[in-house]
Amino acid sequence: MGLPISHLLLVTGLVLALIGMWGVLVHRNILRIIIGFSLFGTGMHIVIVATGYVTNGTAPIIDQALPIGEAAARAVDPVPSALVVTAIVIGFSVTAIMLSFAIRLYEARKTLSIDAFTDSKW
Amino acid sequence: MTRVWAAVIVILFGVVFAGLALGYSERTAPSDLALRYLEQVPADLGAANVVTGILITYRGFDTLGEVAVLFMVAASVGMLLSGSASPAAGSVRPARPPSELVVNGAEVVLPIAFLFGAYVIVNGHLSAGGGFQGGAVVASGVVLLVLARPAVVLHHGFLSVTESLAGVLYVTLGILGLFLAGGFLDSHILPRGAFGAFVSAGAIPLISALLGIKVAAELSVIIDRFRN
Repeated sequence: MGLPISHLLLVTGLVLALIGMWGVLVHRNILRIIIGFSLFGTGMHIVIVATGYVTNGTAPIIDQALPIGEAAARAVDPVPSALVVTAIVIGFSVTAIMLSFAIRLYEARKTLSIDAFTDSKW
Repeated sequence: MTRVWAAVIVILFGVVFAGLALGYSERTAPSDLALRYLEQVPADLGAANVVTGILITYRGFDTLGEVAVLFMVAASVGMLLSGSASPAAGSVRPARPPSELVVNGAEVVLPIAFLFGAYVIVNGHLSAGGGFQGGAVVASGVVLLVLARPAVVLHHGFLSVTESLAGVLYVTLGILGLFLAGGFLDSHILPRGAFGAFVSAGAIPLISALLGIKVAAELSVIIDRFRN
């Protein structure tokens, strides 16, 4: 047997997060930075879901495939799934705010490069 | 130089993550909390989908906060983009009309997308899905509509009223829980019904539907703000 499925998911999520982090740090285009943030968030969602996996578990939905008596033995942990639903919505909200700021910044300087925004102001 | 520092930072995080990945071992049994939820949600709430039971009843207050976050985002995106100066005429190329594939595809897919969204919303307590997921499906249908017919105008007033009404009813159901059941957003205010039936699981399907309407309206407003 190779890697267990959740291990594979965990590594995928962590690598995706690293790619996102690299994108945020290296790129100068604001849209690419936003894509980097989204990748980072998506990677973290995959990591959280992966940690909820239980060996040979199935989705925690009670039906013919998963009778109520077997739920405790065969279902995966439902808590990380519930948390990730929350996290996805918040990630969407943050992305929407970042994109609207990008539109405003583009209007101010007619460019999306962060090199054009050097003056500090508070 | 920047790239070198970025590489150093990413490699350092990579080392931390590698430690996490190497130290991780797959669980062979759910945690005690998960076991309690797996027993309590079907037995106590009567919902077949444990995740929906957690989201809407046990973590109902958290879900209400999440919807509030979405509302605030819709408001702040509107505020950020409302003052946008319209680009000077002639400086931008006129938008290309959508291709025939998109227009005809939308005619076929749109009704199915809205129907599927409604299905996912109202079956949240029985199978995979729920208010947020179904609301997102409906909103993706709205994206397709906007892409296929750029001239279409979404009625913001209607969307706002729908969304506010759903929110008010959601909170009202929560307050009813204070008086008729164990606490705020307790789904025991309605009878539990037969396990696995469409009308079952107390107030969960009702709350799920309100949540779905609210999320779909909010996401549609956010999408429409970006269009103009």
